Amino acid sequence: MPGLLDRSLLFVTGKGGVGKTTVAAAVAELAVQHGKRTLVCEMDAKGALGTAFDVGALQFAPTEVHSGLFAMTMNTEDSLREYLRLFVRIPFVGRIGPLARTFDFVADAAPGVKEILALGKLCYEVRERHYDLVVVDAEASGHIVAQIGAPQAIRELVQVGLVRDQTDWMIDILGDPQRTGLLVVTTPEEMPVTETTELLARVRAETNVDVAGVIANRVLPALFSEREAEVFQALSDAAPQEALRAATSRQVATVLGAAELAEARWRLGSQHLSRLRAALPEEMPMLIVPELFTKASGRRVVVQVAEALAAELD
Amino acid sequence: MTARAQAAVAELLAAKEMVVVCGSGGTGKTTIAAALGARAAAVVGGRVLVLTVDPARRLATALGIGAFGNTEVQVPAEAFTAAGVQPRGEMWVAMLDTKAGWDDLVRRHAPDAALRDKVLANPLYRNITGRFVHSHDYIAMERLQELHASGRYDLVIIDTPPSRNALNLLDAPGRMRDFFGSRLLRWLTVPYRSRLFTLASKPFYQVADRVLGSRFLQDIAEFFILFQAMEPGFVARAKDVERLLTDQRTTFVVVSTLEAAPAHEAHFLADELRARRMPLGALVLNRVLPASIRQAAAAKAAQQLRDASADATLTRHLGRLTASTSDEVRDVLAEVAERFPETVVVAAREAERRRELAAVAPIVVDVPTMRDDINDLAGLLALGSNLL
Repeated sequence: MPGLLDRSLLFVTGKGGVGKTTVAAAVAELAVQHGKRTLVCEMDAKGALGTAFDVGALQFAPTEVHSGLFAMTMNTEDSLREYLRLFVRIPFVGRIGPLARTFDFVADAAPGVKEILALGKLCYEVRERHYDLVVVDAEASGHIVAQIGAPQAIRELVQVGLVRDQTDWMIDILGDPQRTGLLVVTTPEEMPVTETTELLARVRAETNVDVAGVIANRVLPALFSEREAEVFQALSDAAPQEALRAATSRQVATVLGAAELAEARWRLGSQHLSRLRAALPEEMPMLIVPELFTKASGRRVVVQVAEALAAELD
Repeated sequence: MTARAQAAVAELLAAKEMVVVCGSGGTGKTTIAAALGARAAAVVGGRVLVLTVDPARRLATALGIGAFGNTEVQVPAEAFTAAGVQPRGEMWVAMLDTKAGWDDLVRRHAPDAALRDKVLANPLYRNITGRFVHSHDYIAMERLQELHASGRYDLVIIDTPPSRNALNLLDAPGRMRDFFGSRLLRWLTVPYRSRLFTLASKPFYQVADRVLGSRFLQDIAEFFILFQAMEPGFVARAKDVERLLTDQRTTFVVVSTLEAAPAHEAHFLADELRARRMPLGALVLNRVLPASIRQAAAAKAAQQLRDASADATLTRHLGRLTASTSDEVRDVLAEVAERFPETVVVAAREAERRRELAAVAPIVVDVPTMRDDINDLAGLLALGSNLL
């Protein structure tokens, strides 16, 4: 399996709320640290990527966040404009406004058109080697198959025309595991893990995109060893509790309660992680990003996640 | 304060007929919606329906909603009694099936059987209904309206679909209405109807044809023409749904955790609800750490615990009580004391966000972090007892 950062196009997906954007930003940071000129693209224009880099709103035209790291946000109208300019050589680009709105409306209804314009832009950057790596903060797991499978869907639905012709080279790039990979982000919780395993099956069945790995985000560190957990459990009996309270104060119950909650959550999380590991093919990497106990936000968090990923990739 | 908030939630559910539960993905929205329903059935009474989108499979199975379409099933009263609760009302659950929802709509609004079959058989229909103008959102609102209008339920609680932007949901009926009433749609379909258009006369067609291919464009147009025959029914319906959202009998519950992104989304959602005159009834803060963690006395106790772990007399004594060695007790206590500040950092972060969020809704209820996944009715009721 090719190394994660040796590919040229990485899609990062996952269930809502698992930290997909932060991980995508961290993968990009890591690539830049490895000397790669990197573009990271947010697909849903929610602004989370700009916030992750502390740079405010991103545009369709890439912003250089820092040396070698470029960030952009996808936009149907702009990608259509670029598409027409590059491939159709339509001269009246200036008048595209109302046309794009109409097109937007058709694209909304016509399956795969929006997706293929966005995907076309990303694949174009890869084909033209404008960057060493393009990282995509992609659609959430519910929609990612439609997104990366759009070229094939279009091929089936559209018999003739430029869009169909364009699908060939895109399918080549997307289906080449040396160049393209999908990263699925999850947290060690029931629903995200279940969605991850279901998604992997769908990606295999319905697309030709290679899954580069799974990233388990916000994994709680173990509090105790097996034996320590038993001792901790025994300490919760009435007599040791009383002795502890006498030696400290009444509020020790809060401290012990916090540990008990952390331990229970860790236990539950590890069960879900084992379930995930068991469901993954043996050769598929599962990278662990620990829960960050920090007050920081924005780029500082991204850098910490990148460090955790670097440690996992070593 | 907690008790007062819980009483207020109970009052809200007793007073309203529809509750729309929204918030960003991963906040436990589905579970909260189900827990509200379970507790409403248990405590408030009446016939309560929870319309859910994508429950965890084990929970769905436990509630008796396995694989099925748009039908409602009752959670047996015995399930409540088994969980130690004598329900005052009935709990019903249904899952939202977008595809079946669309098919129902087509069946209802098609002027005749021939057209109905033509639409249902249209090759684009299946694809389009999956993505068409945020169709999940629209179908969710549509079902809410239908179930409410049926009069079968005293309270309908709807768990909203995962939306990139929660507003898609609120705007879905309006967008649907605009779509069918739009000049764009007419413009797109008229040339095909009258067969008068030429490629050269319409820049749009010129471009679209080159890009999409004329056959595809024609397929789309034909599909729209078929759909347009159903326009009056759709538009009237969309207006009803829109009215329902701002109706006195409807309330919104926003679910959030106290992490940055969901909290940000909750804020935004509250503002947008206000702008749309849609009443935000309550804010549910899920997976919250207990407030006691932030007390100075707790930090002091952690320090005392660290000192105590070094007290050999104490650890020996505790070792005897717990059938472990003095060293084992020392290590465990030291670890507990050492790691406590991590929890305090998280709790402090949460408290700050809670302060920022608390003003957005008249009722704010906290749901603590649960030790286990919620897999059955008993779990839902336990979680729900934090809500009302």
